Parts: sequence; structure tokens; C-alpha cells
Amino acid sequence: MGTKNQRSSHSNFFFLCLCFSLLVSSPSLAFQSDELLVDDEEFGLEGGRSPDLDLDLTTSTRSSPPPPPQATTRTQATRKKSSDPDSDSKVQFSLDHAFGDSDFSPAGTFTARLKTGSHGGQTLTKLRFSRNAFTETEKGLFKKLLEADDFYRIRVPSNVLSPPGRDYIISAVKARCIPREGLDEHFVIHMDGVNILAVNYGSTGSCQYPRQFKFPAKWYFNSHTVLKNSEVAPRTQAFTEEILGGENGEGEGIKPPERSFWAKYWMYLIPLGLIVMNAITQAMNMPEEQAAGQSASQPQQPMAATQRGQSTVVRRR
Amino acid sequence: MAMAIRVFLLLLFLSYSNLAFSLYEDQVGLMDWHQQYIGKVKHAVFHTQKAGRKRVVVSTEENVVASLDLRRGEIFWRHVLGTNDAIDEIDIALGKYVITLSSEGSSLRAWNLPDGQMVWESFLPGSNPSKSLLSVPTNLKVDKDSLILIYSNGCLHAVSSIDGEILWRKDLATEGIEVQQLIHPLGSDVIYAVGFVGLSQFDVYQFNAKNGELLKYNSAVFPTGFSREISLVSTDTLVALDASRSILVSISFRDGDIGFHQTHVSDLVQDSSVMAVILPFKLTGMFALKTNSIMVFIKVTDEGKLEVLDKIDHVKTVSDALPFSEGQQAFALVQQGGSKIHLTVKLGHDWSSDLLKESIEMDSQRGLAHKVFINNYIRTDRSHGFRALIVMEDHSLLLIQQGEIVWNREDGLASVLDVTTSELPVEKDGVSVAKVEHNLFEWLKGHMLKLKGTLMLASPDDVAAIQRIRLKSSEKSKMTRDHNGFRKLLIVLTKAGKVFALHTGDGRVVWSLLLHSLRKSEACEYPTGLYVYQWQVPHHHAMDENPSVLVVGRCGLSPNSPGVLSIVDTYTGKELNSLGPVHSIVQVIPLPFTDSTEQRLHLLIDADWHAHLYPRTPEAIGIFQHEFANIYCYSVKADKGIIKGHVLGKNCFLEVADEYCFETKDLWSIVFPESEKIIATVTRKLNEVVHTQAKVIADQEVMYKYISKNLLFVATVTPKAIGAIGFVTPEESWLVVYLIDTVTGRILYRMTHHGSQGPVHAVFSENWVVYHYFNLRAHRYELSVIEIYDQSRADNKDVWKLILGNHNLTSPISSYSRPEVITKSQSYFFTHSVKAIAVTSTAKGITSQQLLIGTIGDQVLALDKRFLDPRRSINPTQAEREEGIIPLTDSLPIIPQSYVTHGLRVEGLRGIVTIPAKLESTTLVFTYGVDLFFTRLAPSRTYDSLTEDFSYALLLITIVALIVAIFVTWVLSERKELQDKWR
Repeated sequence: MGTKNQRSSHSNFFFLCLCFSLLVSSPSLAFQSDELLVDDEEFGLEGGRSPDLDLDLTTSTRSSPPPPPQATTRTQATRKKSSDPDSDSKVQFSLDHAFGDSDFSPAGTFTARLKTGSHGGQTLTKLRFSRNAFTETEKGLFKKLLEADDFYRIRVPSNVLSPPGRDYIISAVKARCIPREGLDEHFVIHMDGVNILAVNYGSTGSCQYPRQFKFPAKWYFNSHTVLKNSEVAPRTQAFTEEILGGENGEGEGIKPPERSFWAKYWMYLIPLGLIVMNAITQAMNMPEEQAAGQSASQPQQPMAATQRGQSTVVRRR
Repeated sequence: MAMAIRVFLLLLFLSYSNLAFSLYEDQVGLMDWHQQYIGKVKHAVFHTQKAGRKRVVVSTEENVVASLDLRRGEIFWRHVLGTNDAIDEIDIALGKYVITLSSEGSSLRAWNLPDGQMVWESFLPGSNPSKSLLSVPTNLKVDKDSLILIYSNGCLHAVSSIDGEILWRKDLATEGIEVQQLIHPLGSDVIYAVGFVGLSQFDVYQFNAKNGELLKYNSAVFPTGFSREISLVSTDTLVALDASRSILVSISFRDGDIGFHQTHVSDLVQDSSVMAVILPFKLTGMFALKTNSIMVFIKVTDEGKLEVLDKIDHVKTVSDALPFSEGQQAFALVQQGGSKIHLTVKLGHDWSSDLLKESIEMDSQRGLAHKVFINNYIRTDRSHGFRALIVMEDHSLLLIQQGEIVWNREDGLASVLDVTTSELPVEKDGVSVAKVEHNLFEWLKGHMLKLKGTLMLASPDDVAAIQRIRLKSSEKSKMTRDHNGFRKLLIVLTKAGKVFALHTGDGRVVWSLLLHSLRKSEACEYPTGLYVYQWQVPHHHAMDENPSVLVVGRCGLSPNSPGVLSIVDTYTGKELNSLGPVHSIVQVIPLPFTDSTEQRLHLLIDADWHAHLYPRTPEAIGIFQHEFANIYCYSVKADKGIIKGHVLGKNCFLEVADEYCFETKDLWSIVFPESEKIIATVTRKLNEVVHTQAKVIADQEVMYKYISKNLLFVATVTPKAIGAIGFVTPEESWLVVYLIDTVTGRILYRMTHHGSQGPVHAVFSENWVVYHYFNLRAHRYELSVIEIYDQSRADNKDVWKLILGNHNLTSPISSYSRPEVITKSQSYFFTHSVKAIAVTSTAKGITSQQLLIGTIGDQVLALDKRFLDPRRSINPTQAEREEGIIPLTDSLPIIPQSYVTHGLRVEGLRGIVTIPAKLESTTLVFTYGVDLFFTRLAPSRTYDSLTEDFSYALLLITIVALIVAIFVTWVLSERKELQDKWR
């Protein structure tokens, strides 16, 4: 499936590509099933339906090895294999591009399978993209864009069945973001049934600022396309049993009025305690002091002795 | 001794450590204020009870029905009806009920006059929308019951005034008549309903008031047709204009026989080149005609002949006729010239004499008189006196009596359109010594009182004095900047086109300005104010300049109509500059650049998507050109379901070269499918400050917030779900929310809520958005939160990397890089439906945030953002608990103490504005609707300052006492030691 898009002279890449296409086109190598074709569609359907899995289809020979999600989908596919035999058809829509303010001209074609679900909902699956290589004039235009740090714009129809739909979906990127080794581009196509909402178009990685002015080493595209559907919000959990526990838990944190007696009146209790303690100690000292007072009338020597004794007592306390 | 002092001090400190948790009763009004308004008065009914309680009942354009004190203008009672429940008519029935007809004549309510309790309510069904008329005949009794006659929705209803029961009903819509007047001749049982059928047929129906029986029906055709204005001259004569507005037709229908009598307008008025208009004032035996600027009063004789009584220039408005003693009738007319307003009260049947003629000096900022209502009273010398209630152009309401303005109400403030703030001037040096000395005594006295209060020694009188000092504290209403940034000016634009400056300390109006550019004129027929922006905020470059604001408006209701701009000095309240009418204005983008005089650059987008740069100076162009390539804008076309991104291009190609005008190019577009309609878009506040991008989570992990100023939150619903809740099933209604980067048009996040619908209220701050919607499956409102985190910086966790500089934290962020973001989301049930959501904002963004939710009960609820943390789980781990994560609950708690409006209601709440104070812990909150409310909030308590009522004197005394105690104990211990040594 990858071979038809880009003709590469590198034989090792050709080999890799062959491996890759083999891997994709015969998904159930593990089990010798005679329902190969159906399985294949199922796989696509799965990819299109599950919101978290992006159907990532790289059309370039330089693409990375087969992404792991495919493996997972395949296993899921076997599970859902014989659920609904949906009708499907092939659909094609074009990608147009424009250099700066120029008019749009064709730049490539997206092909996908249109799935009609059991309840009438239509979804796109198995998106493939064939990118036309730049012609010489286009190369010139693109070089001009790079020099001027201008925008390279693309557009797709908003409805894949009746293009262009209500309006074209336009997306743009500063041309200087694209060149790397080759020309790296990344599409995220946001779909809703057969409608395209938006295309996130840009370079595959980061685009440094200030943008550097450099020409690509090789004038061919590395295109990565991702099809995205809307995520579904999880239902708000309504827990009935937890409510009691939850309320108690949060009560600690946020209900200041429900404080204990100690928490409420500690500022009065502590001084009160101190006063009481003070009073007690004073009351304890009182007899001794009285005794000391009484002894004051007695001769000096014994008094000093008693006082010294008392002071040691106090100090020891 | 030492112990006693220690205990005493401990007590003192403890009494201070008990810091305010929420608000105590005696703190109400200390840092908040609440102002009640009613809006522009539409109708006024005077009610003078013999008991001496003098009141006027008014209905307003803000759908308020209120009873005002005639002596002081205070509100006795007030009811704010819903936004789509506009009041058509009001009247008083049985001398004790206020009757209101509202919702295009479909709901009729009676309110008890003394206290405003609702007595009854009836719903008047009908299918054909029509004019709504309310008539409360004075002497129409049916079995001791007075009737109220209502014509609405094509039906004539007779309603009992005691319990609101519909006694009879006649459907007139089937006859094709558009009833213009209901007439009840005094002392008869007959009701006349007069009106037009089609363009030229005039119909009179006579009904028996008791049972609704049709007594007589007459019709006559006037060949050239009528324009719809009519004026009732007496109980059997009408005056109308023909379709060409050049012939006055007096129609008499005595006993049902219709007779027309034509008079050319040009016979009465020489200058008849302009269209004549019959003014809708209810006078007897005459009517008022307006041509050009002249008002002509025309008398109608018994034969239907018209006689010009007078032609008066500069007449602004005329009151309805007011019957007073023995069948005499009076009416007032208001003329305006220069800064004076002239009120003349004339006797109904005698034009030559004036009952009253007064001239009153009028503030020019109030504009023209729009409406006048008069009321009579008996003077001390038994003659008749008159007082007039005047509604001015700025929507203010004034009572005039004996040539003076007795009171006025600034009711323009009931319709605030937009709010911004301005700093006050810096305090000048050189405060006189005498002032300080005088203040010193007061200061000490005040602190002694406070000390007494703290030690609970204060008598009730003292407590009252303390409270008075607190409320009056001149400190908070000073006209200078304060250290904490609590004192500011709120610049408020109202619907009347008047700009007010309110002081945040006590809410008083510092200055007001009726903008000339937003007044009705020939060039500008329907001026509407739009926004206020800070135009010039003097900073370090231009300290001597006064700050100014930019007021944006447009002439007309459609977005294509030309715009008007004016710049107002916020210290003096003078208009510095005004422009317009200029190009249309659909969007205003304040740019983050200022010129050398600190004027902010603004980009105004017109309907053709041309961008116009302001201020129009070469310097501004220079700054702008420098950043030209990095300016992007977007447009939301909600009706088409398209959002487009634009980039600026070449100069506009216009007839006149304009170097301040730029064309825009489409850069990206998002086309929503037919099954989705945009119902809400929210962006971050431009002036929001984020303290840190990093968020330390449990087990010392770091998450980086995705902070972009260019994020847009969009909510769409299915077309069916646009209506009110309850008209759609959960299966055919869903809500989709998007986070969109407005520079590249990337959809960063997209999520569908099945079985949910709007209205959606949302607030966007930092890296999170909170939105409110209705869940149809759960039959409850929900609040959801989305937080977005940057993954591209997530590997910067290694300390070594940070030390060696091997990180990407300082590299510039480009929107064109592929964003690596993760989002977290969670939903909770929320009890209230919501009118507005805002979030607190502080100077540095360190203080934790609170959501401010304007509830359906017109209160503002403060809800900690911690409750809306998508990382909440049912059983948080110990580490997460330490971090402050609250265990997950299905619904958000509503704590009664966290209402920032405490016991007050901001009737008709429409918006909440938060303004950071200079003090990091504090944010200022201004809430507007029909009422205004202002308060100061500290979401994490005032951790960085002492409370305002902190007694410094007490602190001083404490310190002195401590020092004394130290010395005393030192001396004591010295002595003791000496004694010990001598032993």
C-alpha cells in the first residue's frame, strides 16, 4: 500500500516498505483465517470508531516502523469480527495548496473507505494519502516563500461526499517550518461523520523561533496523516453510597462551623489553664512564703538558711 | 507580677490570632457597597394616600416595577421581572393594587401597593401578537367587583381586580381588527374598542362591560388609508393621520356613527415639508403634533374642526392630562434651553393661563428631558400645587417641586454595558503639620475606642461609634492612590451613552459624562455603546499624563453601521477626543504595545475585515510595522458556524489612501458541520498574570501548564438544542466543546457531552476552562473543567539538566510547533443555574483562584478552584491529600458562608468583573445588573497584610508594656540577686 505513493531509489527502503505493506495487508498472520478481507475492513472500522486511537497512516517510505496501535486494533478487530457486515465504498477527496497569496492548485489526493454504520452513521476509515511531488515551478514558488517567511496554505473540502461542502477548510503554516531532511508535514484531520471540521497542519515536530531559512536537502514529502474523531465525555458519576463518606471527608476540610469545643474555645481555655496553673502554684507557694514571713521576726541567721532552702526548692521546681 | 503580665499579653495576642474567617455582622459595608437602581422609567403612576405616605409606582425598561418614596426617592419595594418579561403597562386598581401587564400582554399581575406582595397573577391566552392595552376604568362595577380591561394578543379580556379571574373574553383577531384604544365613557356600562382593519377601514365595537356582549358594531372606510398613530381627544373623538401623513383626520364615533373630518396639515402649519407625527400624549380636547422641531398643540372642537392653539419651540416632552378638583385637568410641558429646564403646567381647557411656570437649573450631563409625569397636591394655603417626575436622556429620574430638584436617581447605572478601571492620582507631598496634629488626637481617640471594643469594655454607644468610624473612615474614599491598590475608579459605560466614574471605596459617582458621540442626532439615529478600553495608562514614561479610556460605540443596531470612538480623561471626566462616525466596528483588539506616551495600540476590525490601527500617529505605525508579522486575529461567524483565522496584509485599497488601514487574509478556517451551532466562545482575559508554568503535583512530579494567550474555547450544540431546556430529548441533543489555537487554527481538544445542552457559561483562565451546561439525562446542571498541560516540556524534570542548561524552558514557543498537550477533564453536578461566571485575578497570580458564580438568585458564590480539579479521585493517596486534592464527590458543595454578596442580591445580575489589587492576596470584585455590588475578596485570606481594624495603638501599648515589664523584672531580679549575695 505504501509503494504506490512514492518511488524511492533506495532498495533497502523498498524492502522495508515491502515488509510494512505485507504486515498491514495481512493483519491476521497469527491465525490462519479465511476471512481476511472482512477482517481488514473491521480493522479500519475499529480505528475510525474508537476515539482514543488515531488511525495513523504514514505514506512515506521514510516513515517510522509500524506503529504499535495497529497491533492493538488488530486484536480488537478479531473480537468484533462478525458483528455487523457494513456496506462500504471508496471515497476520494483532493488536497489543494497555495503559495502565499496564489490560487489553490491540486497537491494530492486522500482516499478512504466510507463506512455506513448499522444506524446510518457514516464514518471514514483507512485514510490514505498520495502526495504529488513539487514541480519545478512549485519548487521555485516554495523557495520564494522560504525567503519571504510567508505562508504555505492547504485546503480540503469540508464534506468528503459532496466537495467542497459548505466551505473549504483552510490551514496554513509558515513555509520555513516544513523543510527538514525532506519536506516534513503532519496532518490531523478532525472528522465528524463525513464532514471535515478542521485540519491541523504543520511540521511534524517543533518549529523553532526565529525561523531558520534553509532549503530542504531532498524535495519530497514525508506526510503523516491522522484522522481524529471527537472524544466522548465520561458520564458524571453519581455515587449514592459514597455520598455519606464523601460528605464526611469533605466536611473536615471545608466546614469550619462544625468544630469541636476545644477548637472553638482554645484561645480562652489556654489562658484560663495558665491562670489556674499560676493560681495553683501561687497557692502552693503561699504557705511557704507565709512561713518565711513569720520567720522574718526571728534572728537573721536561721532566716537566711530557710530562705536559701526555699529558693532552692523554687529553683528545683 | 511578671506572670500576670505574661498572661495579659498572651490574652491580647490570642485575641488577634483569631483572624476573620468569613465576614462578621459588623463588617458588612466596610469594604463592600451595594447600590439599588431601577432603570429608565417607562410609566409612572402616582399614588397619594391620605395617610401621608406619598409614593409613586414606576415601571422601567429594565423590567422593574417599583414603589418609590416621593420625599426622598428611596425604593419602598421593587420587583425585577425576567429579561423576557417586559412590562407593557401599569396602573392602580381598587386603590390598593398595582396592576402590571407584561410579556406582550400575556401575563397580568396585581401587587399589593403598601408592601409589594403579589396578590394574584393571571395568564391571558391568545395567539395573535398585537398591541397590548390595559385599562382600569374607575367606576365600572360588576357585583361589587371592579373590572380591568385588557386587550392583548388579539383578545379583549375583562378581569376581576379582586382575584384576577377572567370574567369574559372576546376574540377580536378573527375580525381582523387591530385595536388601538379601549374607551370607557364615564358612568356607562359600555366599552368601546376602536381600531383599524387593514389599511383604511376604521371599526368601532361596543361591548357590554358586564358580560362582554357585543352591543354594536360599526365600520367605515377612509379611502386614502391611515398611518397607525392615533390620539384620543375625548371619549368619542379620535385624531389620526392619513397614510401620506399630510392630512389630519378627526374621527367621531358618537353612538357608533362614524364621521370623518379632514384637515390638511399644511393648513395648520406652514412648514409642512417634514413628516408630521402625532405624539402619544393623552390630553383632553387637544392633541400634540410634531413637525420638524416645532410642537403644535391643536384643539378639536365639537364639530371635529381643528384649531391651532400654539406652536412651541424646544418642547421636549408633555405629560398626560391629570384630572384634579371638579373635572379640571392639567398637563405639564417641558421646554429646554441652555442649561435650564422650563416646566409649565397648563389647565386642560384654557390654553392662555399657566397654573405653574418654573425654571430649574439642570446639569448639562443629564441631556434632554425624555418623559414627564405630574402629580398634584394641596399646598398649605389650600391652593393646588404640582410636582413633576422627569426622566432625562441619561435615564436619571428627578422629582421637581417648587422650582427645585427635590431628589434625583442615577438610574442609568441600572444598565451597565461595560466596565474598566483606572488608577487614582498619586498623593502629593506636603501634608500640613496642623492636620497631622488634629488627626493625632482623633487617631488616638479612635484607637482607644477600638481598644475598648477589643477588651469588651465598650458600652453600646461606643460600639456604635466604632462602627461609625469604621464605615466613615475617610481613608477608603480618598481621591488618591493607596498603598494596597484598593482605591480605584471604576469607569462604567451605560446604555444611555453616559460614562460614570465610581469610586471603589464607597461607590459614589466621581464624575459622569454624557458622551456627545453616543447621543441621538441626525447623523446617528440609534447610537449604542459597546465597550470601554483602557487607552492610556501612565506608567514610567509619561507620569504627568492623566489616564484615559477609549469608548467604542456604533450608530445603529447592525454590525455594519458606522462606529464612533471617543477618548475620555479619567481624572477630569472630560472628552479629550472624539471620532466618528467612522468605519464599522465588529471587533476591537487591544495590542500589547504602547507608544511613548503610553497610549495603547488598538486594532479595530470593520465589517469588511479591514483592520484599522489606532492611535493614528506615525509613531504607532512604526511600532506596529515592527510586530506586523506576528499579529493574527480570528472571527467567529456563529450564524454560519465558521471560525476563521486571519493575518494582516497590505494597506487597504480604498478611494482615499489610508496608511492606518490594513487588509486581512484568511489563514485558516474551521467549518462546523450542520449538526452543530456555536453557542459560546470564551478566551482568556488579556491582562491575566500567571505566576508559574510549573505545577508541582504529588510525589514531587512536575506538570507544565499549557499557557497560551491564543486559546479559544468554543461550545456547540445541535440545532434542536438551541431552545430552552425541556424542548429536546437527550438523544437528539449533544454539546461539543473545543479548544482551538487561534494562530494556527489547530483543534487542540474536542469532546462531546451526549445528552447535554446549553446555555453554556464558561470562564477561561491560565490553562483551564470551566463551563456550565445542562445535562438532560441526569436532569441537572453540570460544571465541567478542562485542564491542558504541555508535554513538550515534561522532560525537564532532571535537576542536572536544569543546572547544566540542557533544557528547553527558555526557548521561545512558536505556535507552529506541533503541540504536545494532554488534557484532563472532569464533570460535577451543580445545583444552581448560572447567569455569569468569572474568576478572581490577583496582581501576581500567586494566590489560589476562586470561581465567582452569579447564581439565578442574583447572588455571587465563591467556589474554590480546588473543587474543580480534574485530578480529584474518590480515594486520593496520602501524597495527593497533602497536595490539597479533595476527594471526589459527584456534586459541588454550596457553602452558605461563601456567598460574597452575603445577604444582598444584585438584582438582574449580568456580569462579574474582577480587578487585581496591588496587594497580592486581594482581588476587587464588581458585579453589575440592575443593582451594583462591589467587594474585596481574599481567596486565600489576607496572608500578606494585617486586617484594616488592626489596632496599632494596642500594639504600641503592648510593646511599651513589655519593655516596662522587662525593666521591672530586671530590677526585681537584680535586687533579689543582691539580696541573695548578701546572705
